[in-house]
Amino acid sequence: MARPSYDVIVVGAGLHGLSCALNLAREGLKVVALDKDHPGRHASGVNAGGVRRLGRHEAELPLTMAALEIWHRIEQEVGDSCGFVACDQIKVAESGSEADTLQARLLRLRELGYDHEQWIDADELRRRVPAIAPHCVGAVLCAGDGSANPFRTVMAYRRAALSAGVEIRENCPALALSPAGSGWRVDTPQGPLDGGAVMNCAGTWGNTIARALGEPVPVTPAALMLMITERLAPFLKPVLGAAGRTLSFKQFDNGTLLIGGGHRGTAEPECNRSRVKMVGLSISAQTVGALFPQLADVRVVRSWAGLEGMMPDDIPVIGPSSRADGIYHAFGFCGHGFQLAPITGRIMADLLVRGHSGLPIEAFRIDRFAAADMAAMDTPEQRISA
Amino acid sequence: MVDPVPLLIMGSGPAGLAAAQEAVRAGVGALLLDEQPTGGGQIYRALGEATGERQKTLGTDYAAGAPLLTVLSAQCLDHQPGATVWEVSPDGTVYYTRQGQARAVSAEQVILCSGAMERPMPFPGWTLPGVMTCGAAQILLKGAGVFPASGAVLAGSGPLLLLLAKQLIGARARLAAVVDTTPADNYRGALKYLPGALRTPGYLLKGLSMIRTLSASGVPWYRGASGLEAIGDDAVAGLRFKVRGRQHEVACSNLFLHQGVVPNVQLSRSLGLEHHWDGLQRCWRPILDGWGASALERIAVAGDAGGIMGARAAEAHGRLAALGALNRIGVLSETERDRRAAGARAVYRREILPRPFLDRLYRPHPDYLQPADDTIVCRCEEVTAGQIRKYVELGCLGPNQTKAFGRSGMGPCQGRVCGLTVSEIIAQARGVPLEQVGYYRIRPPIKPVTLGELATLEQPEDA
Amino acid sequence: MASGSNFHRLPEPEYKRLTMTFDGRTIEARSGDSVAAALIAAGVTVTRTTPVSGVSRGPYCMMGVCFECLMEIDGVQNVQGCMVQVREGMSVRSMAGARTVSDARTPGDG
Ligand SMILES: Cc1cc2nc3c(=O)[nH]c(=O)nc-3n(C[C@H](O)[C@H](O)[C@H](O)COP(=O)(O)OP(=O)(O)OC[C@H]3O[C@@H](n4cnc5c(N)ncnc54)[C@H](O)[C@@H]3O)c2cc1C
Ligand SMILES: Cc1cc2nc3c(=O)[nH]c(=O)nc-3n(C[C@H](O)[C@H](O)[C@H](O)COP(=O)(O)OP(=O)(O)OC[C@H]3O[C@@H](n4cnc5c(N)ncnc54)[C@H](O)[C@@H]3O)c2cc1C
Ligand code: FES
Repeated sequence: MARPSYDVIVVGAGLHGLSCALNLAREGLKVVALDKDHPGRHASGVNAGGVRRLGRHEAELPLTMAALEIWHRIEQEVGDSCGFVACDQIKVAESGSEADTLQARLLRLRELGYDHEQWIDADELRRRVPAIAPHCVGAVLCAGDGSANPFRTVMAYRRAALSAGVEIRENCPALALSPAGSGWRVDTPQGPLDGGAVMNCAGTWGNTIARALGEPVPVTPAALMLMITERLAPFLKPVLGAAGRTLSFKQFDNGTLLIGGGHRGTAEPECNRSRVKMVGLSISAQTVGALFPQLADVRVVRSWAGLEGMMPDDIPVIGPSSRADGIYHAFGFCGHGFQLAPITGRIMADLLVRGHSGLPIEAFRIDRFAAADMAAMDTPEQRISA
Repeated sequence: MVDPVPLLIMGSGPAGLAAAQEAVRAGVGALLLDEQPTGGGQIYRALGEATGERQKTLGTDYAAGAPLLTVLSAQCLDHQPGATVWEVSPDGTVYYTRQGQARAVSAEQVILCSGAMERPMPFPGWTLPGVMTCGAAQILLKGAGVFPASGAVLAGSGPLLLLLAKQLIGARARLAAVVDTTPADNYRGALKYLPGALRTPGYLLKGLSMIRTLSASGVPWYRGASGLEAIGDDAVAGLRFKVRGRQHEVACSNLFLHQGVVPNVQLSRSLGLEHHWDGLQRCWRPILDGWGASALERIAVAGDAGGIMGARAAEAHGRLAALGALNRIGVLSETERDRRAAGARAVYRREILPRPFLDRLYRPHPDYLQPADDTIVCRCEEVTAGQIRKYVELGCLGPNQTKAFGRSGMGPCQGRVCGLTVSEIIAQARGVPLEQVGYYRIRPPIKPVTLGELATLEQPEDA
Repeated sequence: MASGSNFHRLPEPEYKRLTMTFDGRTIEARSGDSVAAALIAAGVTVTRTTPVSGVSRGPYCMMGVCFECLMEIDGVQNVQGCMVQVREGMSVRSMAGARTVSDARTPGDG
C-alpha cells in the first residue's frame, strides 16, 4: 500500500476543524479539511461571538483559560483581529435565591483555585449597567472576556490555514470511512481521500462518524436562535446574561443589540437547515423587557438560527476514538464552542503529534456515556457507512 | 383557541383584490392583510378615497381599479388594513402587527401578493435629500394630492417615468427636465420582441400617447443620457449627465428616479422558496406553477411578487392563485376550478405578451447595475460599490459573506434596496454568472417588529 | 401650503385640514396624508441624519421599503413616516443619528 496522500483528513471545516487543520499544518503535517458546505456555513459563522469564561462547566475551565490567552493575541495567531474586543461579561441575579446560587458557584470556583468570576452588588451593577431594571440585586462579573465577529474569525482561520499549507475542499461531504493500509480512506463525491489520521470536527453531524465507528454519543441537534435590533446610541458595555433566564445580550460598537437565549427553533440537520420559532423569540423579548423595560419600542430587524450539537452533560467530545486508531473527535460544543476553538486545534495537534495534551481532557472522552443514555437518544440523522 | 383561517391573502393590490373576489365568490371567508391604510396596492392606491380631481389627474388606468375595490365591502371578507406582515412560516402561520399589537394566525392557504418595488438606481448623489423614486412622486399624488409644481427633474428609464411625466404635466407642474437613460441599443435589442408585443397593442399605444404628451409639453427631454450625478450639499440642487459625450447640468429642487420595478421577494426568500434568475428582467422570481403555487403546500405567490407582469396580468394571476388555493382546501373541484379559471387564464396570457419587448427595451443602463466605486449602494449602512469589490478580493463569494465584512444589507431595510446591486457587483467582480452568486439570505422579521410587540405576541395555540 | 415649498396640492377642498408639528414648527396637513407626505408638501426635505456618518437624508420611496423616512412620532423613535397617517396635533421630530435609550427609571419610593 502506497503512503496515504495526506497525513490528516479533517472532516468539517467549521472553526474547530479549521483550528485543528491550522495547528496540524504548523506541525509540518500535510492536511486536507473537507466541508460538505463551506467554512462558516453553520454554527461557527452565525453564532453570537461571545468569548466567555463566565459560567463555564468545571471541566472546561482549564481549556477556556488557555483559549482566552490565545484570543488576546489572536492577530498573532491568525493574522487578523477577528473583530475581537475585550469586555466584561456579567450575569445578573434578579432575586436573593438567584444571588445565593451564583455565590455558591463562586465559592466552588475559589476551591478549585479560580478567581476570574467576582460578585458585584446592586450599586456596582447599576454603575456598570445604568439601564438595568431596578429589581436586580447583584451580579457575577468576569473581567477580560470579550466578543469577536464569528464569520470574520472563520475567514481569518481559513486564510491562516491556507497559508500554512492546508488544502480546503468545499462542497465535499465525507460519505464513508474505511481502514486503508495503516490509515483511513474517506469517500467523497470528489473521489476517495487517503489519510494517516482522521479528525471528526463535524459539529452537529459529529455522530455520523462516531456511529460509523460503533461509538455513537447522545448528541442532539439544536437550532439556537439570535436576533438583532436597529442601532441605538451606546448604553451597554458588558455582555449580559441572567442567572434565572436564558439570555445573552450585548451591544455592538455599531449600536445594534444582539439578543440570544437558550430558546430553540426548528433543527433539520438532515436537510441542512434550521428555522427560527417565533414562540422562542417572543420569550427572549419578554426577558429583555423584564431587565430593560425602556427597550420596548426598539425594533428587531433580523433573527436567525444556527445548528449546534448538544450533549446531555453540556460538554463536548474531545479526544481519540475509543474504537479505532488514528481517529480523533472534537464535536458537540453545546452552544459555547466559539470561545474554545483556538485551543481545541492545539489540543488535537498535540494528541496526534505527541500522543497527549498538556490540558486535562479526560472529562470529554467519547465513551463516557452509559448505555442508558444511548437508548434514550433520538437523532434522526442520515448515516454514513464504515 | 383561534381556528385556522381557510385563506389568507397578503397584499391588497390588483392581485390580492382579485384573489379576494374569487374567495368571496366561492363563499370562503378570507383574511386580507395589507400594511397600507387603504386597499388598492400601488396602482390603485387610495382610489377609494380619491376625489374627482385626483382621478382626473391620474388618468383612466387609475380609475379603472374601482370595480376591483368593491370586494373590500363584501360581508365574508375580513379586510384588515394597516396590518404589517413580518413573518410567514412554511406551515402557513402568518405573523403581523396591527395597531401596535402583534398576532399570529394560521391559514390553510396563504397567497402572497406583496407586489413590486422599484429597482435601485445607484449613482453618485442618489442619497441626497430631495432625490426620490418616481413611484414616490406617484404615491404623493395618489395618497395626498401633492405634486412638485416646479423644479423637478425625472430621470431614468421605463413606462412609469413617462407615465409620471404625463400625470405631472396634467397637474400643470412645470418640470425642469426629463432625462431618459434608456441606452440607444436597447431599441435595437427590443425589436425582435415587437411582433409579440403588437398582439396586445394597448401598452404600446399608451406609451405613444405618453410620448406625445411629453413632446408637446415643451419640457426639456434628454435621451440616451448616462453618467448621472446628483449634486448638492444638504439636499439635491442639480443633476449632471452626459448625452453623446456632451456634459449637461440641470438645476432642480427634486429629482425623481426610475429604472423599472422588481418583485418584492422578501417573504418568498425568507420562506426559503427557490428563486430563478430572470435574465431579461434582471431580477429574481420565485419558482411557481401555473396556479402560483410554490413548493410549499400552503404557500402561493401572485401578481408582481411572482415576476413583473403589470397590473392587469397581476389581477388575472391573483384569480388563478385563489382558484388554485380554493381547490387545494377542497372548496372547488378541479373541474370547477378550471372552469372559473378559463377567462383569467386567457387574460393573463394576453397581458403578458408585451413583457419581453418592454423588459428588453427598458433593460437598466449598465452604469446603474455596476455603479462606480465611490457610489453608495447600501443606503442604510453606507457601503459603497468599491467596498463590495474589495470584499470580493478578500475572498467573499456571495452577498451573505459581504454582510459580515461591511454590514451591507444589514440595516433596517434588510437589503431590499441594495440586494440586487450587491449581487450584480459581486458577479462581475468574480467574473461568474449572477445565478452563481445568489442573493442575501433573508431572515425574519421581514419588517422590523418591536421587542414589546414580540413580547406580547398573540399566538395560535399550536404554534 | 407653507411658503418655500415647491410642492403644491391639487385643488381638493374635500379633505379636512389637520395640524401637526415638526421639530416644533407648525405644519398644515390634510386627512389621509402620511406624515412624510405632509412634510414634503410643507417643503421639508431633510428628516434625519444617519447613525453611520451623520449625513442628512429624506424620504425616498414613500412605500415602506427604504427606511429613509425614520422620524420620532409622538415620542416613538425610528418610525417610518411614510407609513403613518397624520392625526390632529401630532408631534413629529427629526431623528439625529441612532435612537437613544434612557437609563432605568429610578425605583419609585412612594
Ligand atoms: C446561534 C448560536 C450562538 C452561539 N453563541 C456562542 C457564543 O456566544 N460563544 C460561544 O463560545 N459559542 C457560541 N455558540 C457555539 C459555537 O458557535 C459552536 O460551538 C462552534 O461554532 C462549533 O464549531 P464546530 O466547528 O464544531 O461546528 P460547525 O461550525 O457546525 O462546523 C462543522 C462543519 O462540519 C461540516 N460537516 C458536517 N458533516 C460533514 C461531513 N460528513 N463531511 C464534511 N463536512 C461535514 C458542516 O458543514 C460544518 O460546516 C453559538 C452557536 C449558535 C448556533
Ligand atoms: C411605486 C409604484 C407605482 C406604480 N404605479 C403604477 C401605475 O401607476 N400604473 C401601472 O400600470 N403600474 C404601476 N406600478 C406597477 C404596479 O404596481 C403593478 O403592476 C401592480 O400594482 C401589481 O399588482 P400587485 O397586486 O401584484 O401588487 P401591488 O399593487 O404592489 O400590491 C402589493 C400590496 O402588498 C402590500 N404589502 C407588501 N408587503 C407587505 C407586508 N410586508 N405587509 C403587509 N402588506 C404588504 C403593499 O402595501 C401593497 O398594497 C407601480 C409600481 C410601483 C412599485
Ligand atoms: S420613504 Fe422609504 S420607507 Fe418611508
